[in-house]
Parts: sequence; structure tokens; C-alpha cells
Amino acid sequence: MNETLLIENARIVDPASGLDATGALLVEDGRIVAVGPDVASRAPKGGVRVDARGLVLAPGLIDMRVFTGEPGHEYRETLQSAAEAAAAGGVTSFVLMPDTLPVIDDAALVDFLIRRAAATARVNILPAAAITKGLRGEEITEFGLLQEAGARCLADGRRSIQSSALLRAAFGYAANFDLPVLHHATDRGLVGDGVMNEGHFASVLGLKGIPREAETVPLARDLQLALLTGVRYHAAQISTEGSVALMAEAKKRSSKVSCGISINNLALNENDISAYRTFFKLSPPLRHEDDRQAMIEALRTGVIDVIHSDHDPQDSEVKRQPFAEASDGAIGLETLLAAALRLVHSGEVELITLLRAMTQRPAEILGLPSGRLAAGAPADFILIDLEYPWQVSERDFRSRSRNSAFEGARLAGKVMATYVAGKKVFDHHAGGGS
Amino acid sequence: MASPSRVSASTSQTAPRGGLPRFSQKHLLGIADLQPYEILDLLDRAEEMIPVSRQERKSLPTLSGKTQINLFFEPSTRTQSSFEIAGKRLGAQVVNMSVRTSSVTKGETLIDTAATLNAMRPDVLIVRHSAAGAVQLLSQKVGCSVVNAGDGAHEHPTQALLDALTIRRHKGRLDGLTIAICGDIANSRVARSNLLLLGALQIRTRVIAPRTLLPAGIENMATEVFTDMREGLRGADVVMMLRLQHERASGKMIPSVREYYRFYGLDAEKLAFAKPDAIVMHPGPMNRGVEIDPAIADGERSVITDQVEMGVAVRMAVLDALLPARNETAA
Repeated sequence: MNETLLIENARIVDPASGLDATGALLVEDGRIVAVGPDVASRAPKGGVRVDARGLVLAPGLIDMRVFTGEPGHEYRETLQSAAEAAAAGGVTSFVLMPDTLPVIDDAALVDFLIRRAAATARVNILPAAAITKGLRGEEITEFGLLQEAGARCLADGRRSIQSSALLRAAFGYAANFDLPVLHHATDRGLVGDGVMNEGHFASVLGLKGIPREAETVPLARDLQLALLTGVRYHAAQISTEGSVALMAEAKKRSSKVSCGISINNLALNENDISAYRTFFKLSPPLRHEDDRQAMIEALRTGVIDVIHSDHDPQDSEVKRQPFAEASDGAIGLETLLAAALRLVHSGEVELITLLRAMTQRPAEILGLPSGRLAAGAPADFILIDLEYPWQVSERDFRSRSRNSAFEGARLAGKVMATYVAGKKVFDHHAGGGS
Repeated sequence: MASPSRVSASTSQTAPRGGLPRFSQKHLLGIADLQPYEILDLLDRAEEMIPVSRQERKSLPTLSGKTQINLFFEPSTRTQSSFEIAGKRLGAQVVNMSVRTSSVTKGETLIDTAATLNAMRPDVLIVRHSAAGAVQLLSQKVGCSVVNAGDGAHEHPTQALLDALTIRRHKGRLDGLTIAICGDIANSRVARSNLLLLGALQIRTRVIAPRTLLPAGIENMATEVFTDMREGLRGADVVMMLRLQHERASGKMIPSVREYYRFYGLDAEKLAFAKPDAIVMHPGPMNRGVEIDPAIADGERSVITDQVEMGVAVRMAVLDALLPARNETAA
């Protein structure tokens, strides 16, 4: 018999079952055997026992939007460094965006990533294949072959497909293979030269604005085509109140549509840009505080399904630029949970609701067995100290890039340990890996 | 005749002016960073500089031994020469650098150039750049004073100061005036700096433009917003026209130059709605026949050439105010 692992005296929070109680989790062979208040007393003698008194035990987080630089820009991030960052942030699985060099638009490249991840990464990496060849938005890729090679879903990453006809074809063909399509709806024409949220603040800074309609106009189109084709459609990241209304309406008509939001749009607003701080140059742009409040409300009511990090490593060469010329994006794997916990500490969102958007819902959308603490599920879980005070410092990042929108932020709550398939891949007290 | 030392501010740096402290910042990056008393101090200092340029021997020794670099990432003949003359009349060594920006090397040029120039130990950098915030970014990378000579659609502080000085000299005051700014407000740093300066002094401002050339949130930046030029000019004391980037706007933000001129070009008929003694201003360079009738531009109500003269005085005042302040903090 294999050695068992018992985590006891933890506050177990499992959104999928609605469980929030003190108890224990029993693991054997990388899978969960039992979970609940009376598990410790029934556990077999021997094996490893961990006393998690004072800590929250939750499913490992599933991050649906992560960029790395492998292959092509390894100086920004490799699969290995992204996985280390993920483990430290409590992320046990993440969806890898296909925006690399070359673009992940071919079955052989998906195969390469899966092998490479297995060899170097200590968390689960789920490659998303490009919807269109080269992310050019012109021709669809080989969805069936990509799926056979191991692609979990389709996404055009930072790009948004402009042609409605092509999008309809992609949705229809993806429905064939029941492949989820993750799409960041953006109207390139309405964005134009815009670099931040349109409004008074952009005007004061003399920066070109991005109107909210650059998101809502294509989102309305996407949703109508999703309903038409029956595809499993996930609006990758929404940021405006208008998008919430569109999503709520579409959800009444189909259970196959969902949406996500970047932690940045939940935790920050356009004022954080202050004096042209380019680490806050993001896509979608940070919006007005009123938008942020509407996003929190949509998370509470369940219109927003998923919170992701939008982890996007960029080097200082492309970030230390005048605002309009700097690249979009910020890293976020290591701060995702702690930044999200702000909403719990402020009383705006229940802990179980917050965790659902990073565990149960992503797993359901992607069709994964993880994201829950159930017998038979992979033993991917985390231990969280909800009150642990810390200050974000770029010196501590495991990511190869330093472009964090939370640099210097004081946060409460941190992952103390991360387990993937029953194996500890991060221990806070070890000051790094296991 | 004014003696040079009386006009020089360096001897009276710390002396309070009417009980108010004087301008004593390291950089001039934007009007937004200035308190009302600092704006008025700079205007008063500029007033003292006017006679210097009008006398036979047009120089003061104030900045003797100092190095001023004009770093222009965007070409501008008039602003660059105005800063150059201002520096030279104060005795500074002035070096002009025009940096061509290609799309590939844009940002790299900015940070690298800053580091390179900083190593040459200049005392002041005068910087113009096409990107909003670029001058501020550069100021963080150098040890000397930096003056913003225009950054994207953000700010052009010396233009706003010279406009205010021109108005004050023609009207004898700023209080109680109504100032209309007309044209491409959305893309204009001149409009922003002017609205900030006039707003800080609580002067009534109006902006006039078609909806497509007004930035979002403009109602919080100006006292009143008009899309009808006649309505907007009614009873105005000052009419400030802006340059239209018509090559860029035509067919997108406005249908054509002739339609723009018909509705937003300043001609005698529209000017008649302003006060009879209203003055007409333009930051230059003008597009005659696009935003302004040549007869108005060159007419008796136009103070456009006065603006150019005030430009030199304001820039001398700014340089004079910045550099002694630096020495003090270093001491």
C-alpha cells in the first residue's frame, strides 16, 4: 500500500460541494480519497500527517489566462519559471495562451509544449491552441488534430478576431469537437490608437481613450454567434458594466456561455495609472471605479464565472517607455489570490464565492476533474493563511519578469503550501520550492 | 534703464513677492504641477524680462557658464528657436539636438538619449516628444532640470504662460475675462495647458469644437462647452484658435477642410459675436484658410506676433527661475 497523506484540522472550503467546515483531507496515490469533518478519525495509521490548524484548505487554483515566453522569448518567462510562480501563488493548473514564437497553431507544437511542461513544470499546464493560423484572424487552425495532440481549448490570446464570418465558422467547427473557445472580444477600430480607459482622466493625461463600446459591440456579436452555433464560448475578459448586461442576457438562453475577468480589473482602477505608470497599461484597460464596482457585483451574482491572473511577462525594455508606446500586460500568478482576497477582507465577496471563480468554474468550463475536493479527484490543493500580512516586492518574484501591477502593495493572505497530485510543490516556510 | 542685476532673479531668489513664496521647483513639466502663486510669479518674472529683449544689448549674465540642451524628438522651428534665444540672452551655452524617431527605436532612443545627455552634465534640458508623459519619464532619468516643451496631447506649459502674459498685457488683467478656445481640443496640449492655467486662476473658459474634436470629460476641464462657434464666441474677451492637424483629421474627425472652415474657421462674421475689443490669438503655425481667415490673422485684433515676443520673455523667466533654484538645493 502506498503512503497516505492526511491534512487535518484545516478549515476546508470547497465551492463545488459547498463545504465550509473544519476537517481533514486524505490523499493516496495522488488522488483525494476522502474529505470532511470526520475523516481524520477514520484515516489509516501511519503515513504523513500535516496539522493545518488556522489554515484554509481549498482546491488548487485554475488560472485560465497565462502567457509565457516559451518558445521564442525565454528571457521573459519559461514554462518552468511560470510554473514556479504559479505554485507560489497557489495555482495548480493554468491555461497557456498560444501567443508565442512560433504561435501554437499546429499539433506538433502542442505536443512539444506538453512534453516540455511534463519535463520542466511542477504544475499542470493546459495548452490552448490558436483559433486562427498565426493569430492572424484569417484562417482557422486544425481544431481536431490540435485536440488530439492535447489542446484543451482554443484561444487567440491577445488578439481578437475581427471578421464575423470567420468567427462564425470557428465557433461552428469548434462545436463539432466540443472544444471551448476563449475569446477576448475587442473591436480594433474602436480601440484605434487608444491606450487607456476613455474618460476624463485619459483626457487630462493627454492619452487616447478606449471606449467601453470597443468591448461591448464585439461581445454582443460573439454572444449571438455563440447562441447560433451552440459553441462552448468563454468571453475571456470583460471589464464594463455593459458587458455584464450582455452576459446576463445570453446566460438566460444558454448554459454554454461564460465569461472571465482579470484580477487587475477587479482590484485596480484607472487612477492607479497616476503619472503614466506603464505597469498599469493593460488590455482590457483599467476602467473607472464605477466599472470596478459593477464587476464586483457581477462576481457576487455569478454573471462573472472566472477570475484569472492575465499573467503577461514583459521585460523592462518594452515597459520603460512613454505610456502610449509601452507594451500591455502585467505578471500576476504570484499575486492573484492575495489581490483577490482584498475583496473578502473588505466584505465585498464571500470567500467561497471568490474561490469558486478560481476553482470550480474554470474546471467546469474546461471539463477538468480538478478544481474540487472530491473523492477520486486529483489531489491538487492549497493551504492558505487568510490573514498573513506581506508586501509585494519584485525581489521575491519567481517569474522571470518584474512587471507587476502590485509592486509595493500591502496584502493580507498568502498561500502557505501548494500540492499537485498529492506532492508538495511549494512551501512558504521553505522560502521557495519543496 | 533697468540694470541687469535688478532684472536677474538670482539675487532675490528667496525674497517673498507680496508675501507669497516664489516658484522654486526643479522642473517645469506641466501647469498641473503649479500653484496659482507660482503661475503669477512666473508671469511677473517674465514681465521683467521683456525689456531685456527690447534693449540694445540683449543679454543678462544670469546663466553664464550653464549648459542648456534643446532636445526635440518632434520638429518645431519656433518653439526651439524661442528657447534657444531665451537661453542665449541669459548667457547660457545652448546646444540644439533634434532626434529623429523611427518606429523601431522610439522608446529606446528616449531612455538611452537621456542617460547619454545626462553624462554630459547639462544644467537644463528642454524637451519635446510626441508621446504624452515622455518628458516626465525622461526627467526621472536625469539629474538636471527639465522643461517640457510639449509632450503629445498632454501639456505645453510655456505656451500657456506666454498666452496668459499676452492676455494680461493687452487686457490689463486676467480676472473677470471670458476666454474661448476653439478647434481641435481633443489632440491639443496647448488647450490642456491653457485650460489648467486659466482654471487654476478661476478664469471663465469656453471650448468650441465639433463633437469629434472634444475629449471625453471636457465638461470637467472647461467652464462651458460649445459645438456652435457663434454661441461660443458670444461676449468673449479673448479668442484662442488652435491649429488643426487637417492631414490627420480630414475624412475621419471632420469631413473636409472646407466644411471645417465654414463652421469653425474664424472669420469676420463669427468674430463679430465676440466683444468688440476681443483679441485673437493662435499658438502657430497657422493654417490660413483652415482655422482662420488670413484677414483676421493679420488684422488689427490679432496679437499673434505679440505671443511670439512674450514666448521669449516667458522662457527666459522659466530658465532663470529653475536654475538658481537648483543651485540652492545643491548647496
